[in-house]
Amino acid sequence: LSFLLFREKKRRRIAALTENMAVEGCSIGDWDGRWSHVQKFLERTGPFTHPDFEPSEETLQFLLETCKILVIGAGGLGCELLKNLALSGFRHIHVVDMDIIDVSNLNRQFLFRSKDVGRPKADVAAEFINQRVPGCNVVPHFKKIQDFDASFYRQFHITVCGLDSIIARRWINGMLLSLLSYEDGVLDPSSIIPLIDGGTEGFKGNARVILPGMTACIDCTLELYPPQITFPMCTIASMPRLPEHCIEYVRVLQWPKDKPFGDAVGLDGDNPEHVQWVFQESLKRAAEFNITGVTYRLTQGVVKRIIPAVASTNAVIAASCATEVFKIATSAYIPLNNYLVFNDVDGLYTYTFEAERKDNCTACSQVPQKLQFPPSAKLQEVLEYLTENASLQMKSPAITATLEGKNKTLYLQSIASIEERTRPNLCKTLKELGLADGQELAVADATTPQTVLFKLNFTSETCSIKQVQN
Amino acid sequence: MLTPPLSSVEEQRLWGDHGQETLENAHVCLINATATGTEILKNLVLPGIGVFTLVDGHKVSGEDVGNNFFLTSSSIGKNRAQAATELLQELNSDVSGNFVEESPDKLLDNSPEFFHRFSLVIGVQLPESTYLRLGSVLWEAGVPFLICRTYGLIGYMRLIVKEHTVVESHPDNALEDLRLDQPFTELKHHVESYDLDNMEKKDHSHTPWIIVVAKYLEKWYSEHNSQLPKNYKEKEAFRKLIREGILTNENGTPEDEENFEEAIKNVNTALNPTKVPSATEDIFNAEQCENITSQSPSFWVIAHGVRDFVRNEGNGKLPVRGTIPDMIADSDKFIKLQNVYRDKAMKDAAVVSKHVEALLQSVGKPPESTSEQEIKLFCKNAAFLRVVRCSMSSLRFSACDSEMVLYLMLRSVDRFYQQHSRYPGVYNYQVEEDINKLKLCVNSLLQEYSLNVNVKDDYIHEFCRYGAAEPHTVAAFLGGSAAQEAIKIITHQFVPFNNTFLYNAMSQTSATFQL
Repeated sequence: LSFLLFREKKRRRIAALTENMAVEGCSIGDWDGRWSHVQKFLERTGPFTHPDFEPSEETLQFLLETCKILVIGAGGLGCELLKNLALSGFRHIHVVDMDIIDVSNLNRQFLFRSKDVGRPKADVAAEFINQRVPGCNVVPHFKKIQDFDASFYRQFHITVCGLDSIIARRWINGMLLSLLSYEDGVLDPSSIIPLIDGGTEGFKGNARVILPGMTACIDCTLELYPPQITFPMCTIASMPRLPEHCIEYVRVLQWPKDKPFGDAVGLDGDNPEHVQWVFQESLKRAAEFNITGVTYRLTQGVVKRIIPAVASTNAVIAASCATEVFKIATSAYIPLNNYLVFNDVDGLYTYTFEAERKDNCTACSQVPQKLQFPPSAKLQEVLEYLTENASLQMKSPAITATLEGKNKTLYLQSIASIEERTRPNLCKTLKELGLADGQELAVADATTPQTVLFKLNFTSETCSIKQVQN
Repeated sequence: MLTPPLSSVEEQRLWGDHGQETLENAHVCLINATATGTEILKNLVLPGIGVFTLVDGHKVSGEDVGNNFFLTSSSIGKNRAQAATELLQELNSDVSGNFVEESPDKLLDNSPEFFHRFSLVIGVQLPESTYLRLGSVLWEAGVPFLICRTYGLIGYMRLIVKEHTVVESHPDNALEDLRLDQPFTELKHHVESYDLDNMEKKDHSHTPWIIVVAKYLEKWYSEHNSQLPKNYKEKEAFRKLIREGILTNENGTPEDEENFEEAIKNVNTALNPTKVPSATEDIFNAEQCENITSQSPSFWVIAHGVRDFVRNEGNGKLPVRGTIPDMIADSDKFIKLQNVYRDKAMKDAAVVSKHVEALLQSVGKPPESTSEQEIKLFCKNAAFLRVVRCSMSSLRFSACDSEMVLYLMLRSVDRFYQQHSRYPGVYNYQVEEDINKLKLCVNSLLQEYSLNVNVKDDYIHEFCRYGAAEPHTVAAFLGGSAAQEAIKIITHQFVPFNNTFLYNAMSQTSATFQL
């Protein structure tokens, strides 16, 4: 509690200014010159425009009245995206975010104030934009992206993501791919919903344009997102060297054992009491090994897995993304093809390149996926392959197969009772489980809205365990 | 310390508490509250700039409100600086916002010293005559000047600063300072305390790779006339030598010794000769470093102190940095090794301190003029020091790639404004007729600077088409870019661009030139 008081003291609220910020009584009607900055790009011919571009006053009307944009995320990138779109003429915007506002968001996510702490980000962001930009109609959804189905996503012209999770990105990528329709093997262009994706990490960021079914998708370039480096367990458990190792020990091993705040109470990085406890225990552990450097701030950073976010990087990336949304919605210019990298650690550096589609991409190619294992391999090995292979990087795959005419769950981690029931299968061999050569395995995972089908090919016993994707 | 951080500014973890402090003590002046201007300010107010002063003589127009998040339609007709300050101030109650309802030209006419008080001046959408005038005032006063502009789909920044020093440049891929080629005494002793041939397996597998490389280097020296492995062939042979040291089990198969694998992997970089990087040498040889006076900023005083160290106690080497990367090892071995480097770094920094003290005394300044903290930080970063100097020298052009053409077009548009008191193509009916007028400006510029360049008509048409528009997304891109450069200037951390930056939103490309 004392930490919050500390913060409040420093935050001398200028109450008078807040009161003066009354809701403007202006009408939703536009005023003279409101869209003049935008109109020049819609109503004038130009030498560098998209081949499909035709100057017209109707394009602005399309933006204002018809074009529907979906923004995913209302955090650092999301707030910037909403502002950028609203000031570019977009009025029908939906925003999805499952988080509520925390006091640590306030210094960067500029649509939120301390009075909003505890409220859903999507709601507050929508309210702020709708009030500040008259006529703009942002519709908030305090939900997970997985709470919606295809009929929801299908209504949008363009989707823009400002997410901090690769899993979520892959999921939305999969969803948009599932909306594609083919006639006689030919992709119907009207079923394509472009996906503009932005990501930032400290002073680095990237913005990319994905045309599902046509250009490289998120999964095509999965290797660009290397798996997060975690510390080896033996280091954490018995051989710490860095202050981070000590903190991880307390977070991963000591907390579940000590249960300092009660039986089913999980460690919450936003709860200062939790963080304080981890900090104290980490100091003790560090003292045992003569390790210096454990601080409260470091503890918080490790517990929350914070990669520091920078307001200006979010601004740059969200701006690039919004520019692409504008180009695609209006055909004003040829869109980015298709990946922009930004880094301003040393000067400012950008690099633009065309990410290529992967021929055997698990998400967007029609190529059937293969699993190659000897029949004596244990199910555990298959599970490890699905999670550790760089092109798959599944989180907690659930594996089912059709055996004796029935759909049988071989292993599922996310529901405790089923996990317990199917756990013994991990130690059984594929042969023992009754699987046959050429059999199909259906794998479900958080990284994709659709089940991925794998064909199981038995290799000879002398083959090495390491797999070969086609 | 048990108290939690006072601020929830996440960026603080990137530039540290001392960086945050300089930010909170800074006073930035931003001229012209256009969309670009307010976006830049937003990105300074959010991380906690101490004070900002917004200077703008314009009244808010309907067009202004259309692309600017910090203006509302109820402020149409009011002074733009005042209107924007209210909504910017509201972002962060720890920041103080001021506004001046005056054009910069007026201020330059009546009281140019107004600008002397600022840590940094950012000029947005300024006509050429104004930024040239302002530039020379700020140059004389030693105040950094950042010029920013959004013109259609083009973003532009120019930095003008006499001398900007950076101690903490935070390079992305810095090489470690391990001194394996020239181990200091304490490191030698520590390495000697290990006897790899007579260790238990557990200890052998948890010996830090630095020790492993040091030991095998000794072996190599004895067989190679004390010469470091130099080329690829020799390094390969050295790696093989280390690999032969991996323990084997009773069947002769090698054990799993990750520390040895680490040693082998790091051979490439671990044996780099220790030397003073050229950028640091240049700093040592600079006139400001040589001639220390009572006015010298502490950067140069400490640099001189480090230089003295290098030429004496350091034997041509910088103070030891004192950090080692994490590696497979048991806690005890790692901490002991880390402490060897840390202690040496502290010793070296103390010697540098003595030099600095003597130096300060010689120019009549008290020893407290530079803190221990400062000196330690400087020593730790001695290999990464940078100095940036950007003048507003006469216009030069380099090879004509597409971004350079954009720069030329911006200058031509400036010239157009000078001649016609307006920008080309603002109204629809002007677009066609202004193309020829703008072309004349381009050609006169090319002639003046004797440039043998062909500027395609397409660019001239496009710049007329822009009609000096300031689309919000381009303003926002520049807002982020400029704010970050401003923070670099204020905190003296990370390296600012030098000195001209161009962003093309059509192609999503950018370029930096040194003009």
